[in-house]
Amino acid sequence: MRYAMTVDTKKCVGCSDCVVACQTENKVPIGYCRDWIVEVTDGTYPQLEIEIRSERCNHCDNSPCVRCCPTGASHYADGGVVLVTPNKCIGCGACIASCPYDARYPHPDGYVDKCTFCLENRVKKGLDPACVSVCPTKCMYFGDLDDPNSPVSLVLKKRKWKTLIPEAGTMPHLYFLI
Amino acid sequence: MKEELIVSGRMNHLIDPQLQIWHWHIPLYLFLGGLAAGILFFAALNTILGKEEKYPTAVKIAPFITPFLLIIGLIALFLDLNHKLFFWRLYTTIRIESPMSWGAWTLMVVTPLSLIWCAVNIKEIFPKMEWKYQFLKDLDAFFRRNLIFISWLLLIFSLILGVYTGILFSAFNARPLWNTSILGPLFLTSGLSTGAAAIVLLSKNHNERNHFARIDLMLIGIEIFLIIHMFMGFLASTQVHIEAAQLFLGGPYTTPFWLFVFTLGLVFPATLEILELRGFKLPYWIAPVLVLFGGLLFRFIIAYAGQVSRWLY
Repeated sequence: MRYAMTVDTKKCVGCSDCVVACQTENKVPIGYCRDWIVEVTDGTYPQLEIEIRSERCNHCDNSPCVRCCPTGASHYADGGVVLVTPNKCIGCGACIASCPYDARYPHPDGYVDKCTFCLENRVKKGLDPACVSVCPTKCMYFGDLDDPNSPVSLVLKKRKWKTLIPEAGTMPHLYFLI
Repeated sequence: MKEELIVSGRMNHLIDPQLQIWHWHIPLYLFLGGLAAGILFFAALNTILGKEEKYPTAVKIAPFITPFLLIIGLIALFLDLNHKLFFWRLYTTIRIESPMSWGAWTLMVVTPLSLIWCAVNIKEIFPKMEWKYQFLKDLDAFFRRNLIFISWLLLIFSLILGVYTGILFSAFNARPLWNTSILGPLFLTSGLSTGAAAIVLLSKNHNERNHFARIDLMLIGIEIFLIIHMFMGFLASTQVHIEAAQLFLGGPYTTPFWLFVFTLGLVFPATLEILELRGFKLPYWIAPVLVLFGGLLFRFIIAYAGQVSRWLY
């Protein structure tokens, strides 16, 4: 089993519903976010092109954060999801410095926090992660890459896609349809 | 012409707009760790070579400051943690892939060794000192019998400590400036150089001072070579590494690095040391103080500039 997420950049309008849904579902402290919107404008006027992405932890196969964690608090959980065990985390910040996506932040309680793909609170109950389930344009897909009939596998077969900074060697599992 | 404008909705504290997760604690600790590693390395080396009498400061006096350096460094590391009450988790596991893990364990070996070294040489500082209890006397005799073995342990672990201060940074591929394997040898060399400088500063013996000034001169030469080598490597590498080098070649860190670290912390003290060895009469403390200052500033600059350097995206 290998959980992954895809975001359709052609459908995403950057409404930030996913951000708010995540903050509510996961009780993210005020002023912080586990997922966020990035808008990239390419070209010079009038030849402009815009790409909107909903970004979060890439749950990499070769995670620098898991590699550099001195206590094993950052670990691979079921389905390759990268999680942090708060009472093993010493808050040294090594994982934060090691993430090329800057997807982690120091929680005000001291430990390091990040996207969990809603593994324990939703996915294990058969639900989609909060961000995917609220998306008003249905631009996000979540599922098991090892299952050829999962929503992610089907859409990745049909469409052209990219990942972010693949050259960092992290083998990310957040795909963007382009 | 292709232009790109990136707007991100993320504004996490200490992460955006620019990473600031590590402050003064880490570079200060790296400096103190490197300095302690340098002093202990020379103490162990000269013991193994049987030169205790020739270089008494290096072997018997200078190591007395190392437990303080290491303990201040450990306190700085502790203050840096955000989840302080769980610090003991570092010592419930060893993770070889994580430099911070094996570095923490190295400190747990080097700090007691430095204390043993001080205990064995305590009479150099307090001549009237006597161990009160018999078991302490036995322990002292045991360490003295095995001093060569302890020296070898100290030699190896001080080198590991010195090189680890650089590897801690170089293991992060997310920060291109840090992600160069030269950083390990460079920080080790700088640590040994600051160690030699500290010995020159503490020594009252002219021959010993000259000997360590010569060693320091050689180490500064290696450091300059490694720094140039590092920038050559960056400029011949990918776009992100070129941009990392540009922080120092016209970017915001150009003046602090080339003026204060490279010129005042390396080239100038090296020149003074050459002049002194040629027989010019100069105040002997200027060169080692500058070397120590340069070493401290170097770690601060690398720690802060590394957090600025990032992947394009």
